[in-house]
Amino acid sequence: MIAAIRSLVRYRALVRSLVSRELKARYRGSVLGFFWSFVNPLLLLLTYTLVFTVILPGRQSEAMQPYFLFFFTGILPWTWFSASLAESSGVLISSGNLIKKVLFPAEVLPAVTVIANLVHFLLGLPILLVFLAWKGKLGWTALLLPLPLLVQLVLCLGLALFLSAITVHFRDVQSILGHVLHLWFFATPVLYHYGDIHGTLRQVLRMNPMTHVLVSYQQILFHGHFGHWRGLGLAFLVGVAMFAVGAFLFDRLRDTFPEEV
Amino acid sequence: MRPPAIAATDVAKVYRRFIHRNQFKTLKSALLTRSLLSDLRPDETFTALDGVSFEVPRGSTFGVIGENGSGKSTLLKLVAGITKPTRGSLVVDGRVSALIELGAGFHPEISGRENVSINGIMLGLTRKEVERRFDEIVAFAELEEFIDAPVKTYSSGMYMRLGFAVAIHVDPDVLLIDEVLAVGDEAFTRKCLDKIAELRRRGKTILFVTHSLGLVEKMCDDVLWLRHGRTADRGDPKRVVDAYLTHVAGGEDARLKSGQAAAAGEAGRASTPAPPAPAQSPGEAPLAGGYRPGRWGGREVEIRAVRLLDARGRERHVFVPGETVTLAVSVHAALPVADVVFGVGLFSAEGTRVYGTNTDLEGFTGSRLAGDGEVRLALEGLSLVEGTYLVDLAAHRRDGTPYDYLRGQHSFRVKSRVKDVGVYRPLHRWAFTGGLSLDPPAPRAELDLGDEPVA
Repeated sequence: MIAAIRSLVRYRALVRSLVSRELKARYRGSVLGFFWSFVNPLLLLLTYTLVFTVILPGRQSEAMQPYFLFFFTGILPWTWFSASLAESSGVLISSGNLIKKVLFPAEVLPAVTVIANLVHFLLGLPILLVFLAWKGKLGWTALLLPLPLLVQLVLCLGLALFLSAITVHFRDVQSILGHVLHLWFFATPVLYHYGDIHGTLRQVLRMNPMTHVLVSYQQILFHGHFGHWRGLGLAFLVGVAMFAVGAFLFDRLRDTFPEEV
Repeated sequence: MRPPAIAATDVAKVYRRFIHRNQFKTLKSALLTRSLLSDLRPDETFTALDGVSFEVPRGSTFGVIGENGSGKSTLLKLVAGITKPTRGSLVVDGRVSALIELGAGFHPEISGRENVSINGIMLGLTRKEVERRFDEIVAFAELEEFIDAPVKTYSSGMYMRLGFAVAIHVDPDVLLIDEVLAVGDEAFTRKCLDKIAELRRRGKTILFVTHSLGLVEKMCDDVLWLRHGRTADRGDPKRVVDAYLTHVAGGEDARLKSGQAAAAGEAGRASTPAPPAPAQSPGEAPLAGGYRPGRWGGREVEIRAVRLLDARGRERHVFVPGETVTLAVSVHAALPVADVVFGVGLFSAEGTRVYGTNTDLEGFTGSRLAGDGEVRLALEGLSLVEGTYLVDLAAHRRDGTPYDYLRGQHSFRVKSRVKDVGVYRPLHRWAFTGGLSLDPPAPRAELDLGDEPVA
């Protein structure tokens, strides 16, 4: 795990240039270009607001008002999470040329997908902050934002390393992952308020590290108080463990990549 | 003494052949017991390299030759560190740059400029180093006008040129080149070779995988010949290339022979008798229907072995103009024969008859053969230009009825530093007199294949 961190630090110039390439290439050729990073979350927001205020209204508790903002607070980090995972699972295969033909630190690739999506998240963040300020929700607790962000980063990196390595050997992962992420989305309090859930279901949601990350974001940004220290701490430990497992698996399978991708 | 730039000791590389069987088992064992390969049954692996050892001293140029599938590229990937040897050790000292696939990692959507900087960083340069070398790289690739266009708009030649330019400007200690010199037009190839020569002069170590034997002879200090993943030969370029060409010619012989055997089998199964064999000596046979290698005849006299010998009596397949080549043909007659003519024909690779003669044409009479014998024909002062030549050998009656006719079953190659054209090279000398003056060419010895000890 230490080796993986050291390697990522050592190749930071490469990671940085690949991330910027990723971002440049993504919207190259489109009319709106970089603006898509802002438009995408807005359109997503619009869609879900439509669904939950017009089509399925009246299910939101007081703690989630205004609902569109509550939802926006959750969907931005969730998009970072799910896009990172979905993209990283195929990243070694799609960059097979690099792994087979160039002496290349493969762990850079999943890290680049996570960081590129982090940049998207950060680009969407000002929009969220503007809306929060407009609705008078923005408080000093927003300064704690780096905390859940760091926890999520560690968790994402670990999962991305794990998924990218395992997908080389089991391409099935790519197919399953979409459904898993879908289920995971509903098992994470993005659409609903964690505080409204009780009983067994709450016990189940507690097992999900992303629950605690999302609750932290919502408390810090939306509710303006933060008391979820224990949950976030546990999520951090899970993230570190996931990173260790991912780095270990990645390293163990590393030599097989040039032959299998 | 400083350690060698590349030291390979008993290197083996085993690939898994069937990816999809026992995946769970292999993955589990890979994770738990660290033995990805040892748990596989032998029929599920493929040995690409086996027990290869060599050292490349710092500053030397090392060639690797061999047929397709002999493990050359695998070796290069091992030296590049892209894959790891299954057994043995491979130590490379210094920064490696591999020209294995040019432009690997270029992103089609972004500009040449951005790709150069990212590719340079990928190949181990720092951002500053890339910036410093940027103009040089672009100038070398001759892409000044297009450097800000997305790479997807480049022609394949432009793409390769940019890839080569970046890779060569990484300033490696060890440069690996895999058959990538065919990257552009004549002028660019020339430029690449000049750049490589410059790196040689600057004491860089170069490992070179190629099918271009001429380049190997010209540039390499040492050559490794791989055959089926094993070391077939290693040492002086001229000698190893000679041995390799001999082997390839032998392989062609074998293919021709097996082809002939198959044809004979076909003829035997057919109910119609085999067509009458051409009743001519190699010296006279018209080439109706083109030149088709084969063997026919009643075998009353059998040609049992054919060797091509140089002036020192050593068997060779590659000669230089001016050498004496002796065809030594072992013949055997089970019953005494009193009417036998021996003939020899030489043909160019295109099937043009270069020369033909036989003992009858030249007036030998009273032939008798009982048991074993040997015919030797010495061709003195080989007067042929560079190329591959096929040999016809025959024993037949004076009326032309063949005992044993071998058409194109043997071949040899003539190599020359002078790339003159045609077939026949008469002994010649230029002279210039009067007000005319030309500088003589730089003294160049003819390739001397005979001086090297033959393994």
